[in-house]
Amino acid sequence: MIRFEPSFFLERNREIDDVTLRAIAREVRKDILKMTSAVNSGHPGGSMSAADILVTLYYYKMRHNPENPKWEKRDRFVLSKGHSSPALYSVLARTGYFPIEKLKEFRVLEGDLQGHPSMLTTPGVEISTGSLGHGIGAAVGMALALKLDRSDSRVYCMIGDGEAQEGSVWESAMAASHYNLDNLCVILDNNNLQIDGPVDEVMSIYPTVEKWKAFGWHVIEINGHDFKEIKNALDEADTVKYKPTMIVARTVKGKGVSFMENRAEWHGKALPPDLLKEALKELGELS
Amino acid sequence: MEKVSLRDAYGDTLVELGKEDERIVVLDADLSGSTKTAKFAKVFPERFFNMGIAEINMMNVAAGLAVSGKIPFVSTFAIFGTGRAWEAVRQTICYPNLNVKVVCSHGGITVGEDGASHQALEDVSLMRSLPNMRVIVPADDIETRQVIRKVAYTEGPFYVRLSREKFPRIFDETYRFEVGKGHVLREGEDVTVISNGVMTHFALLAAEILEKEGISVEVIHMSTVKPVDVELVVDSALKTGAVVTAEEHSIIGGLGSAVAEVLVENCPVPLERLGTPDVFGLSGKGWDLLHYFGLDENGIIAKVKKVLERKK
Repeated sequence: MIRFEPSFFLERNREIDDVTLRAIAREVRKDILKMTSAVNSGHPGGSMSAADILVTLYYYKMRHNPENPKWEKRDRFVLSKGHSSPALYSVLARTGYFPIEKLKEFRVLEGDLQGHPSMLTTPGVEISTGSLGHGIGAAVGMALALKLDRSDSRVYCMIGDGEAQEGSVWESAMAASHYNLDNLCVILDNNNLQIDGPVDEVMSIYPTVEKWKAFGWHVIEINGHDFKEIKNALDEADTVKYKPTMIVARTVKGKGVSFMENRAEWHGKALPPDLLKEALKELGELS
Repeated sequence: MEKVSLRDAYGDTLVELGKEDERIVVLDADLSGSTKTAKFAKVFPERFFNMGIAEINMMNVAAGLAVSGKIPFVSTFAIFGTGRAWEAVRQTICYPNLNVKVVCSHGGITVGEDGASHQALEDVSLMRSLPNMRVIVPADDIETRQVIRKVAYTEGPFYVRLSREKFPRIFDETYRFEVGKGHVLREGEDVTVISNGVMTHFALLAAEILEKEGISVEVIHMSTVKPVDVELVVDSALKTGAVVTAEEHSIIGGLGSAVAEVLVENCPVPLERLGTPDVFGLSGKGWDLLHYFGLDENGIIAKVKKVLERKK
């Protein structure tokens, strides 16, 4: 298992190569599948598409302190697409916010890992999310507060592409650029699938780049599974002045398991035992 | 009787709080002139955030500020703050139990000429159903000042409902507001009238008139609808044996419902509820609308007589 001392995370832009990030992301994907299959519920598809970005944020980019989740100088992360909680919980556990064994508490009665992130029960969760379109507004509030306090901490937030159909997302988009929140970086997990099917068939959110630009954001388009591109985009966001940054990350729902990729049916359904075994094998788990 | 502005009292108190405490921040949705948060904006422009006509985002931003150690006061008209933004208040403020104070003006029918679209008759009901949320409906400027100061320094979410219309002053400076405590304004033996907001003014008028008819009315001002003062309701109901509630709100889900829940579980006595019936409002002058819906001393007197009949 790849583990780092808590002190490793205290400075941004850490020395960590793409091979290591990829290995960690593979472990995270295995966690996602095991967690959801264990309770036969949860959202594996969108967790898998988000995994590489979350791993890059927590292992490479963000300044944070797993031993002291409320550390004043920390960068914040808000998972606005709260249903990808398995990915977040796995990354929080693996960076040391709580023991890996705790992942067994996902979605079980009186467990600390609620179906959607709850800040009151899970260390490292900055704010409770789950109902779509709200987390990004809370991220805007955090970024405003950090500006008031003249802090150099940054706020990261991930939204889903289906989530971008919520009008409140665009209320937040307006507010972030109106208040020149250059300490805010939002990542769009653009896997192009939502529960009822392809995003452009259910309700198109395209063209995304033009829309966010028109709302006054600095927009970067990347492959959300290429660690170099993720790192570069996050680095570029640091340098932008007076504008929030939107990273449009083209991703694959169910990424990492051949028979899950680009399939809407794995949005909110766990793998049955036989398919779980097959999937874990693909991810390199020795049985 | 002197009429006073609750929303001006709110704006003035915000300015005082802003001077005392740097954590106080204020958000509004393009109605700062009406809600009187503009008073704060003028003195502390860097701590005032106009979020435009976008109430859902405003609530979420307030939550983000609260989780970062600020004490946000969020204002707009009552129907937008509690209705349009209800689910943001639920998800991002109440569920994580964050320190956000939702203070809305333009509650009730006295919004007046703007009509049904702007008259919040459901706001107390909407906020009362949310876990962690506490709900307060003050009666006058003196109480509003105390409520605002109290909620600023009581951890967790609050909804405070203020009015567009000026209301008659009820209290003097000796009054002390406490969260969750009703206030006996007048002791009586025959019937208890429990009211809040402008209806407390009418409850006192009704009690005076009824006294001349030989009916002794206990008047309780219940500004905190949630958590409602169970002990006071039960004690008074046991003493008088009959209760009337009066509120400038739908009879569904507000003060009348809160009192009914307490009575039915603790000491069932005859209860009559005065409020707007299950209908939308309409345009008219605020004060005329109160009389139109029977939300006045005559409406209370009629309910008192009815409940006394049932008590026999």
